[in-house]
Amino acid sequence: MRNTFSETLYQEATANPDVYIVVADISPAGSMGKFSSEYPERFINVGVAEQSMIGIAAGLALKGCQPFAYTIATFSLYRPFEMIRDDLCYQNLPVTVVGMGAGVIYSTLGGTHHTQEDIAIASALPNMQVIAPCDPLECVEATRWCARQKNGPVYLRIGKAGEPVLTANAEPWQFGKLRYLRRGSDVCILTYGVITAMAVEIADKLAAQGRSVSLVSAHTLKPLDREGITAALQQHRHVVVIEEHAPQGGLASQVKQIAWDVRATCRLDTFTLQDAFIHNYGSTNDLLAAHGLSPERILATIG
Amino acid sequence: MTQASFDAKAARARCQRYRRRILDISQRVSALHIGGAFSCTEIVDAIYNELMRKPGLSSPDTFLMSKGHGCMIQYVVLEGLGVLTRADLDAYCTPHGRLGVHPDYGNPGIEASTGSLGHGLSMVVGMALAERGKRRDGMIYTVLSDGETQEGSTWEAVLMASSFKLTNIVAFIDNNDFQSLGRTSETHPSLYPLAAKFEAFGWETAEVDGHDSAAIFRAVSARKGDRPLMVVARTTKGKGVSYMENAPIWHYRAPNKDEYAQAISELETQA
Repeated sequence: MRNTFSETLYQEATANPDVYIVVADISPAGSMGKFSSEYPERFINVGVAEQSMIGIAAGLALKGCQPFAYTIATFSLYRPFEMIRDDLCYQNLPVTVVGMGAGVIYSTLGGTHHTQEDIAIASALPNMQVIAPCDPLECVEATRWCARQKNGPVYLRIGKAGEPVLTANAEPWQFGKLRYLRRGSDVCILTYGVITAMAVEIADKLAAQGRSVSLVSAHTLKPLDREGITAALQQHRHVVVIEEHAPQGGLASQVKQIAWDVRATCRLDTFTLQDAFIHNYGSTNDLLAAHGLSPERILATIG
Repeated sequence: MTQASFDAKAARARCQRYRRRILDISQRVSALHIGGAFSCTEIVDAIYNELMRKPGLSSPDTFLMSKGHGCMIQYVVLEGLGVLTRADLDAYCTPHGRLGVHPDYGNPGIEASTGSLGHGLSMVVGMALAERGKRRDGMIYTVLSDGETQEGSTWEAVLMASSFKLTNIVAFIDNNDFQSLGRTSETHPSLYPLAAKFEAFGWETAEVDGHDSAAIFRAVSARKGDRPLMVVARTTKGKGVSYMENAPIWHYRAPNKDEYAQAISELETQA
């Protein structure tokens, strides 16, 4: 996904001389090298200085530029949090903070490199918009949108590498709207981000059991598509939320709120990371499984 | 403007007028930082009235008040330039006004929201990069507090400005040697000498009497211009009113009626 992001941003920067990227000592991936060699004045590497990364992006935006701030998610959002709040959100500047490798993608690097609470933290900020594409194609759409919008700041949560394409035949991507990757009438799986690949596997298995399954990419976490979620709750017998995020303040808790508000009568199951740091090592799927996020465990509950 | 044309008398008169206006406002609303505004009065006056080209909304240059708590002096200077109105300042910190204790981006003449220390200089670096990227010759001016140099984020920005060779930055430190819990030179003596630290980080530096308008102007005019410039200005917190000078209580206190009368009388004596 980071290569897709880099290539898309390069294209946007080619079309628009106001597109800048401020990076914090992150190895250039994909087209980032092309960006830095062709547009050196718009490729700014601050080194290991994330507070300055955000402040500089704010300063660029205050002068009419369209900057992206880019590094590993935990360092792009947590370290410079007050700069994001004051410089970007309070001033409502069109800066995209890219959280690369969010969730537990950096599985063997330990808890300092995990991003389990980013959606909740970013969503809590006034003016902040939050997007988490589920595959490289959605990453293209989201990056393009971020490069062209003037609403205000965005937190763009992306994966890292090797994510499969899941949306080749899906309906068009639209900011702020749920996106059905497939439509059914019985079970609806709401998810977002890299873990959508696991949701596809679960949907396939449910379908093989004869269930009619909807699979939805809730790529825009803020503003959340309340109407779309309400409709999903009303149109399915069983709604399932799967997310690579803490139980508080992410998609699952918001869907529960909406379900209460609209007096939903469907069955609702949510599967999230736990409210706990992860001290296990192994693959990303090993870490997710340590918190109960595996196709087997989820199917055992909802099947 | 050439050095020869610098009108020190006019600068003195302006600064006296600004201080008086701030004292007047203090009799309507007590929520203001007089001490820190009076310590950088001559600096902010020099930036707007002597250094920036066409000061006001059409200036190609930018001023960002990094020490946001000193923005009362910025407000009165902007009022003098016609960017803010008298009604704006009369409604300071009231429900029907738009100006608060710290500068808010979006208000006329306010280029960035500050108030939380350690944010300004990175935004200045971003602005300077944008000016360079857009092939414009805008200068970015800023004023930091000395306490603000305790923020790690300030030093990140110091490193960036010189590493990126941003010759279009002129920064001042309002070195009044006071913060909430005492003299900075006593609580954090290792902060000094300040200018040498910026020099070591690759900045051009100058040290001036921060209440000598001509010296401020000279220091900036004489810059080589091949690096960002940091002017470390020795200042007195509460400058101009004897009982406020170097008295930490005037960081945030407003004078009562008698104190106000004495302050006005002292300012008039200095005219």
